[in-house]
Amino acid sequence: MARIVGMNGDTAVAYAVKQADVDVIAAYPITPQTIIVEKLSEYVNNGELNAAYVPVESEHSALSACVGASLAGARVFTATASQGLALMYEILYIASSLRTTIVMALGNRAFSAPINIHCSHDDAYAARDAGWIELFAENVQEAYDLTFQAFRIAEDKNVLFPTIVNLDGFILTHSVEGVNVFEDEEIPKFLPPKEPVNPIDPEKPISYGPLDLFDYYIEHKKQQAEALKASYPHILKVFEEFREFSGRSYKPLKTLGMEDAEVAVIVLGSAAGTVRDVVRKLREKGEKAGVVSLTLYRPFPQEELVKVLKGVKAVAVMDRSYSYGSPGAQLFMDVAATLINVKDKPLLFNVIYGLGGRDLKPEHVVQVFEQAKKVAKEGEVPEKEVWIGVRE
Amino acid sequence: MKYKTWKDLPIGAVIPEPGNSVEYKTGTWRTFKPVIDQDKCIKCLLCWVSCPEPSIRRHEGDRVSVDYDFCKGCGICANICPVKAIEMVSEL
Repeated sequence: MARIVGMNGDTAVAYAVKQADVDVIAAYPITPQTIIVEKLSEYVNNGELNAAYVPVESEHSALSACVGASLAGARVFTATASQGLALMYEILYIASSLRTTIVMALGNRAFSAPINIHCSHDDAYAARDAGWIELFAENVQEAYDLTFQAFRIAEDKNVLFPTIVNLDGFILTHSVEGVNVFEDEEIPKFLPPKEPVNPIDPEKPISYGPLDLFDYYIEHKKQQAEALKASYPHILKVFEEFREFSGRSYKPLKTLGMEDAEVAVIVLGSAAGTVRDVVRKLREKGEKAGVVSLTLYRPFPQEELVKVLKGVKAVAVMDRSYSYGSPGAQLFMDVAATLINVKDKPLLFNVIYGLGGRDLKPEHVVQVFEQAKKVAKEGEVPEKEVWIGVRE
Repeated sequence: MKYKTWKDLPIGAVIPEPGNSVEYKTGTWRTFKPVIDQDKCIKCLLCWVSCPEPSIRRHEGDRVSVDYDFCKGCGICANICPVKAIEMVSEL
């Protein structure tokens, strides 16, 4: 029976983690994810969740504790944001290279300076090269649903990579929505207990994280690279099984209007809803506009993206972050690299928006489509980088 | 030794057989090797306690020798020897 509960994004994630029956949580509070770890510590304290809650002294320690617990065989969760992710940075690579199955909720928040607690995707992008699987929620329901799927993906024996669920700081972490929740007893049908691979076992001692020099390091890295690529069909399988379980469908890319779009926007996170609303209105006026939003950011869904962008003349790639000194912001570089060897590819330009929680309004999106139409019509890109919603 | 390819390695770079580090002969890292002059040696065992590897082997009657399979040639033994009985000899 479907039950709808009003929850903000953080509460929804914490509730999903409780229902996922995690064994170990190690986390340090940081806005805007604090509610997640507060809720979880309450659940543990109240006896509603039988888990070890490790209140560490920093995010570096939080993720380190998670690595150990995950290797030991536990189902493990942590949450962080912004500077907290930055402090975890060293351990991000260790967690993925040791093939742990940690699930992390990342309440996306801008990096300092100046200090800002609101949404940018700086932290999500900072983790993009570290070998984690990254999912993006568009709304609170997705944050709840993706948390379950993240555990299934991470712990899948054909995957075995730590997984991040991104949810936009405040826009999702603190917005209350009606969320379709599962009953506790239904969960094991989709998410059975973790079956650890290479768990710590005194009867079968093994070494984790050994020294690995010029004679083997590159083989281990090649293996890891191929393994993350090979995880892709298994991620799709989890999405499909979740659809069978919940009736809610998840795909690497969500599209609207892409069957005949001449101009399109590519976007991550909560802004997708705003763009979709504008696209609907533009299409009512007969304009061939479309939008692609990515639920799966790493591994990057290259083949699907090439397919949906076929026939599009101009694409605006929207980044809620900036990559200083780079030839484009992060998603722009991803899309450009995906299309580089494709014949008849669309012209691309990069839109920087929403930094530090600046609202993305429908009129901004209309402005982006106006620019895209101009690029499509003239066949050239006058400005590769466009900032919107900024005072000039 | 036949090296494995990336397809043959256990995932996560774990080492499934315990204690196999003895198979890794770190002596190949060395450029200078310690050579002990047994006539000068006073059997004080300072080299034996100071060797970080430990690659100074202690034998009957406190005679010492070097295990060149694992000695990295750091020279601590030669430096600590009070009677200069250990000489670092270039292997290049």
